[in-house]
Amino acid sequence: MYVPPSGGYIAISLAIALMFNFLPFHQDILIFRPDFVALTIIYWSINYPHKMGMSIAFIMGLMMDVGNTGILGQHALAYCIVVYLTLVLGRRLRIFNVMQQAPQIGFILFVMQIVTVLVAVSGGSDLPTWYYFFATITGTLLWAPISLLLSTPLKQKSDPNAL
Amino acid sequence: MKTAPQFFRHGPGPLARLFVFVLLSCLLIAEDLRFKYFPELRQTIGVVIFPLQKVAYIPIHIYDQIEELIASFYLVEENIKLKQQYMEDREQLLKLHALAAENEQLRQLLGAVRKIEAATETKAVLAEILYTPRDPFNHKITLNKGSYHGITLGQAVIDDKGIVGQITQLYPWSSEVTLLTDKNHSVPVQVLRNNLRSVVSGMGKNDELELRYLSVNIDIQQGDLLVTSGIGGVYPPGIPVATVLRIERDPADDFAQIISTPIAGVDRNRQVLILSLAQSVPDNPIEIPKIESQKN
Repeated sequence: MYVPPSGGYIAISLAIALMFNFLPFHQDILIFRPDFVALTIIYWSINYPHKMGMSIAFIMGLMMDVGNTGILGQHALAYCIVVYLTLVLGRRLRIFNVMQQAPQIGFILFVMQIVTVLVAVSGGSDLPTWYYFFATITGTLLWAPISLLLSTPLKQKSDPNAL
Repeated sequence: MKTAPQFFRHGPGPLARLFVFVLLSCLLIAEDLRFKYFPELRQTIGVVIFPLQKVAYIPIHIYDQIEELIASFYLVEENIKLKQQYMEDREQLLKLHALAAENEQLRQLLGAVRKIEAATETKAVLAEILYTPRDPFNHKITLNKGSYHGITLGQAVIDDKGIVGQITQLYPWSSEVTLLTDKNHSVPVQVLRNNLRSVVSGMGKNDELELRYLSVNIDIQQGDLLVTSGIGGVYPPGIPVATVLRIERDPADDFAQIISTPIAGVDRNRQVLILSLAQSVPDNPIEIPKIESQKN
């Protein structure tokens, strides 16, 4: 049985995810880099929807935008739509096991990338090449490990903060 | 169970909340793209996320340390090589000094107006790249030096080969550089071979720059070196920017399509130099002598 996560644990997991997003990489690897923040938000939003509101997603998005030197509001909008999608699909998703969830997570990530592309294009950018959507594939593949990793501290009956 | 989902039972439904947040995001996006009323918002968030960016840089830091450790085994060889390089550079510098003196003399003989020298005196700060954006839309990088280190907006950023970009956003401990390749970025340049002046603009691609609005019969060749002209006062004159890659002259068009490729490793470096012009530059240093000579 899983222990419900404390606010502190969620905050730490989000901070670590944001840190992973900020890892400096070479341009070629950047294409494959999944959005760890989005995956973490999806995980909390599916499994503990009352702990992960749109306001938190919005704030994470703003941080991502500033760190990413992009348009302010781009990721904020995308993450809010991600939370909405998980709220709509959440009950369905919770029936499946982690592996079966992955394709649907892929769909959510794809929608998220479409939203970020739309915002970027409205800001005057060119359409990206299809390589851009590699991040969706890597994100889908990483869904199972990340959700297992996030749920591991919750399995114990002890203090979930003892990460 | 202590975690009763109160929020969901009593708050507005998901769709209503989504609507609110979409509206908020769209307002923010419009504000950021058009009006920029609240630069403080970006500043504040920038300060909040700085520790995370710093922590994310630690693996790179460790990698650097290891690399340095390995490099220290080859110190003697490197030292010899550097000494040789230094001698060669020294010789070049001496030649340059001689040329500068000669140039000065010739100018005096001609009675020409003395060139404004303030713009060429520069101070440099070494900075490391903290972050490169994860998507292809932003041709920007984040550096680990900010207003705390005396960096100001508009300073030029170079590497060992040429211009990388310009500081466009300033945080207390970090700063954003818009790269040459950014769609909204232009550099005043001149062709080294014949001093032809132009402006080179980014195209939003990684290794292509564009010379816009040059007529079809313009004297420009493949392989021409473009250096900064110093016009506008942002970039010190004479720093390499790009080499001309290909020219398409279609008589049906009004302008030639001239594509060049940046010389600096715009997307490859880890360390860059932030240049600051030592004194504030007159609005348009090149035009001053012209106006005076017209008055005579």
